[in-house]
Amino acid sequence: MYVWIWRHLPGGTALRMLQVLLLVAAVSALLLFVVFPWIEPKLPPNPVTGPGTVGQ
Amino acid sequence: MSNEVRSGWDFSAEAAVPPGGVGGVVGVAGSDGGSVGSGSDGSAPAGSIGPQPAGSGGRRHSTGDLVRAGIRGLGQTLITLGLVLLLFVVYEVWVSNIFAHQRQDKVRQQLTQAWQKGQDPLHGEDRLNLPSGKQVVIPAGTGFANLYIPRFGKDYAWTVVQGTNDADLERGPGHYSNTAVPGQIGNFALAGHRVGKGEPFLNLDQLVPGDAVVVQTAGNWYVYRILGSTTQYAAALKISDAKRRAAAVAAALAAPDAEGVVGREVVSPNAVSVIDPVPNHAGATPSRALLTMTTCHPKYTADQRMVLHAALARSVAVKGNATPKELPGGTL
Repeated sequence: MYVWIWRHLPGGTALRMLQVLLLVAAVSALLLFVVFPWIEPKLPPNPVTGPGTVGQ
Repeated sequence: MSNEVRSGWDFSAEAAVPPGGVGGVVGVAGSDGGSVGSGSDGSAPAGSIGPQPAGSGGRRHSTGDLVRAGIRGLGQTLITLGLVLLLFVVYEVWVSNIFAHQRQDKVRQQLTQAWQKGQDPLHGEDRLNLPSGKQVVIPAGTGFANLYIPRFGKDYAWTVVQGTNDADLERGPGHYSNTAVPGQIGNFALAGHRVGKGEPFLNLDQLVPGDAVVVQTAGNWYVYRILGSTTQYAAALKISDAKRRAAAVAAALAAPDAEGVVGREVVSPNAVSVIDPVPNHAGATPSRALLTMTTCHPKYTADQRMVLHAALARSVAVKGNATPKELPGGTL
């Protein structure tokens, strides 16, 4: 997968590296600011806040 | 075609190996077997490919190649998943704070605006104990008081929200909704996150006997002080050895007062009696206003709860923007 991406990026090595960094940043931002906040409440409940427990 | 397959292995080989070259295949296959840790699997096909003449290059899509491609794909997927999980830790410990602070700012603004309009979310809660049994329920997630702890610096200020669900605690410290309200006889009990989600109670372990915990409502300032033995704490400060001093401070915090309430305790998550009107004395009739704060312990885990108890020392009516003397620059 990573090789496929690398081969399909235009430009020389330096330009490709720049694009790879941008891609990594974009994917990280998507995960951190969209995917994780959305998925976190759907994860198995933390035993922390179950009924009859003292929270957090 | 064969070049495509090879470059699919490793892009460092792409430039080094001429089209149709065989050595590169052997080298890559060998290193692949070594990295997977099953040397016999990886090296066997490589050995069989090596002696073949270059003319048979078109038959490189052997079963072994497909298996290796599959294993490589699986390896990349697992590494990617590992990185995503690491990123999730970053989210939990750090990024979740950004979102929590945004929610807290909103709650604080709403409370400030409500107070300016003369509304008090707590109005009516004071009558909880009246014989009429009248109750006004604060909606979950609504801010109704501000919490200040001078030990944590002048910028430490949190708006306390009603309720202790996940969603409530992502806005700020949450009030166990069936416990007393600020200043009321009984136990005003709060829960807060230790690490991440704003981490309002991150440094709860740094509080010592006598430390002020200041709560502001629409009409009053309430100054609670952490329980435990202040004389033991003063003696503990004179110990030079850091380890023994920390143990002595812990002992001072663990010293029960006349009613058997300690300053700090670490309990199992199901020890709900710590938020009883008289903590750890289920069914006892309270005679004073207490404050209890609970948070996760040890840091980064949810194995136990650290619990701090404080008792109301004094209260003073809100007067403009003046703050109590316990806060920096306070005059009341």
